[in-house]
Formats: sequence, C-alpha cells, structure tokens
Amino acid sequence: MTGLADLALLYRAQFKITIAGQLQYRGSLLLWMLGLVLQPVIYLAVWGAVARSNGGSVDGYTDRQFAAYFLATMLVNHATFTWIAWEFEYRVRHGALSPLLLRPAHPIHKDIADNLTFKLLTLAVALPATALLALAFRPVAAITPATAVAFVPALLLAIALRFAIEWTLALAAFWTTRVEPLNRLYYVFALFLSGQAVPLALLPAPVRLVADALPFRWTIAFPVELLLGRLSPSRMIVGLVAQAAWLAVAVVLLRLVWARGIRRYGAVGA
Amino acid sequence: MTFLRLFWLHVRLGLLHELQYRANLAIQLAESLLSLAGALIGLAFVFSKTETLAGWRPAELLAIVGVYFLVGGATRVVVQPSLTRFMEDIRLGTLDYTLTKPVDAQVLASVRQIEIWKGIDLLLGGGLVAVALARLDRAIGPLEAISFGLALVAGVVIVYSFLLILATCAFWLVRLQNIFVIFQSMYEAGRWPVGIYPPWLRTALTFLVPVGFAITVPAEGIVGRLAWPTLAGAGALAVALPLLARRFWLVGVRHYSGASA
Repeated sequence: MTGLADLALLYRAQFKITIAGQLQYRGSLLLWMLGLVLQPVIYLAVWGAVARSNGGSVDGYTDRQFAAYFLATMLVNHATFTWIAWEFEYRVRHGALSPLLLRPAHPIHKDIADNLTFKLLTLAVALPATALLALAFRPVAAITPATAVAFVPALLLAIALRFAIEWTLALAAFWTTRVEPLNRLYYVFALFLSGQAVPLALLPAPVRLVADALPFRWTIAFPVELLLGRLSPSRMIVGLVAQAAWLAVAVVLLRLVWARGIRRYGAVGA
Repeated sequence: MTFLRLFWLHVRLGLLHELQYRANLAIQLAESLLSLAGALIGLAFVFSKTETLAGWRPAELLAIVGVYFLVGGATRVVVQPSLTRFMEDIRLGTLDYTLTKPVDAQVLASVRQIEIWKGIDLLLGGGLVAVALARLDRAIGPLEAISFGLALVAGVVIVYSFLLILATCAFWLVRLQNIFVIFQSMYEAGRWPVGIYPPWLRTALTFLVPVGFAITVPAEGIVGRLAWPTLAGAGALAVALPLLARRFWLVGVRHYSGASA
C-alpha cells in the first residue's frame, strides 16, 4: 500500500511531468483558453440583451449583474472542468491504461495531479482574461469578505465533486467504446442545470426543482451564487452540507464502478 | 467538372466506408438530436423571459438555429473531416501522396474525407427553417428565396475559406489538431443574432471570424429583413475570402518540405 509520504512524492513528480508536457505546446494551451472564455461571453451577451429588452433587469439581474454572474461562472467552470472522459476512452481503446495499472498507486492520483497542475498553469491566462472581460462588461456584485471566505471551501468541494462525478462517468469506457453520446447527454444536462447557460433563479419552477435534486448545481451555480452574495447564511450552510453529501455519494459510486469496470478491462495487446 | 467527379467519387467512398459501421448512424443521430435539444431548450428559456431578443422574435431565432445547423452540417460533412486529415498528413509527411496526384491539391485536400452521417444536421437544419417559415406565417416571395439561397451559398463559401486558412497554418505550426474544436466554440456564437454582442465582439464575429456573414445574414434572408447592401457585402466576402485563402494555400504548399526531407 502507498503511504502519504509516497503519495506526496508521486504528486510532486507528476506536477513536474505535466508542467514540462504542457509547456511544450503553449500555443494550443492558449487556444484552449479561448474556447473556455467564449461560451460564458455568449451567454452573458444573450442574457444582457434579455435584461435590456425587459427594461433593465430580469428576475433580479441587471445586465451588469449578469456580467458578474457569468464571469464568476467562467472562473468556477475553469477551476472545476475535466477532460477525463476523452482521456479515459483513449486509454481503454488503445490499452494505455495497462502501464498505469502496473504502478503501485491508484491511477486516479495521476489524473488528480494532472488536473491540478493544468489549472494552476492556465490560471496565468484565466485571470488576465477575466480582468480584460471585466473592463469590457463592467460587472457589479455584492462580494463581501465573508462571501469570499466562504467561497473557498465551496469551490474546493465543487472541484472534488465534479472530478468524482466525471471520473466515474468516464469509466463507462469499460463497457462501451462509444462514449460520445453519453458525454453529450451529460453536457446538455450540465449546461442548463449547473447554471452555465442561465442563472438557476431564471429557470421555470419545475426545472428548478429538478436542478435542486441533482448534483450539477453544486458543481458551479452554488459557489458562484455564494461568492456574489446571493445566498443567505443559512442557505450557504445547507449548500456546503449538500456538496459534502453529494461528494460522499460520488466517491462511493466511483469505487464501486471502478471495482466492477476494471474486471471487464481486457487491454488491446495484453 | 473534375471537381464534381472527384467530389462524387469521395461521397461514394465515404458512403461505402460508413455502411460498414451502421451503428455510427444511431450514434450520430443521438448526438445531433442532443445538440438540437440543447439549442431549443436555450431558446425556450430565453423566450420565457422576453418577447423579442434584440428585435428578433422566437420564430425568427428558430430560423437562425436552422441556418446554424445547415451551414455547420455542410462543413462537418466534407470540409472539416477533409481538412483534419490534411493537417494530419502534414504532421506525418503523408501529404506527399496528395501533392503528387495529377489534380489540384487544394481540391483533393478539401473533399477527400466525407462523413456521410453528419448530413443529419443538414436535414435537421432544413426542417428547422421550414418550421420557422410556417410559424412566421408569411409567404416567401421568389426574390426572398433567391436572396436566402445566395446568402446561404455565400455563407458556406466563407466558412470553407476561413477553415482552409486555419488549416493552411499547419504548414508552419504542424500541431494544430484542436483548432477546429476552438472554431466550433466560436461558431456557436452564431447561434444567436450578432446584434446582441457588444460592438467590439460584433466586429470580430463579422470580419475576424465571419460567423455573422455565414449565419445571421442568410437567416435575415428568410425572415425578410435582409438589406441589399448586406447581401452585396456577403457576396463580396464570398469572392474575396476564397481568393485570399487560395493565395495563402499556395504560399503554404511552397513552404512544405515533406517529412522525409
């Protein structure tokens, strides 16, 4: 078994490998960032136009409050997104999972380290991009020191939760090599129910109920609304508890699905 | 003529290839329907809060989504797969085999890979445009039909030229596979009328990445708000951009030295 000291060593090594690997392709790194910035800008423009054609605001959002909402969404989405579904399909299809299985640590550690390193690296682009967009769209929000402090655990839980969900979903590659439709389905749900396309407060009541019952909301919308001072203290606490509960469920599910999936894995060339 | 024969040959090849993997049809159908659902749900939410978006009514926006699927489908059937393969050929050095064939290399590189099932997007787009017309409840005159047709052809030509310019960059940059993924996210901006964007972004989406000319303008054609100067502008761009792309391509080919050289 691997102890904590071994894991720390593993993460340090993986950080170095990922940084070296990513820095080779600075150009594609920048292109990826462009893609990440564009989507929130589109929805910001759409909802800003809706607010303006409604005489200035919709359901408590003016166009400059929409700007704050979507810029915060962009940052939280950047912090939480993963690309593991595509990576895992490749691993299973090409047998690239086999060498990872031979290592003495669970393959998930490589992915966690990979993901964190990429995020830290791209923060150098994401933050200036946010600052530029803030100059262009002039957001307003009621961010206070208290919401900023509470934002930290909410964001960390959101990162862990989304990673656990998407890692589990990626394991579908053990059962089918055609994971694209499943990914699309997940993406459509996540787009609307995690608050990426529209603040959840603007959804019709029945859809909002569905959003409350599913985990998507806790991966993006909750930390964003919390940061922007749109939640009462009691709803902040309830939200953090809900995030922790969903995380526990997701981790149990992850272990179960991994244990069953790995038995089905017959590597190409193995 | 050569172009049409080549194109037809590759359509048949693509069909033969895809018929081996019939499950791909179901997969593609699922993917297309899901992205259609995503687009329609977005529209439904927007119009649950407002009557018009930057002056566009719901049925008119449906027409924009229809054109978005039509132009996007047209490029995803032929242009994107072919140019993706072309960039891969540069990376591997196998472009030598394309260049030595006795037809124009640009033509060959643009039509040689066809993904026939992506044509579903064309059907969906056509259907959406028809539904939009029915819901607009207005008869479309021959003049409007012609201007829509012209604007649509211009739109496809503009997007093709733009993608060719992007792909040609691979002669210098080599590792560019995800450039079309990025293009896709810019193209998604075209699902909404360019009028909703702030001026700097609208200018970029009209002249830098010309999705405004490719999608908003043909849609204006169907809903009867296309002004002649705009159509003339789209026509001019549809002539100028391919010429520019062609020059750039020729420079790129001259730069290519093969992988073994």
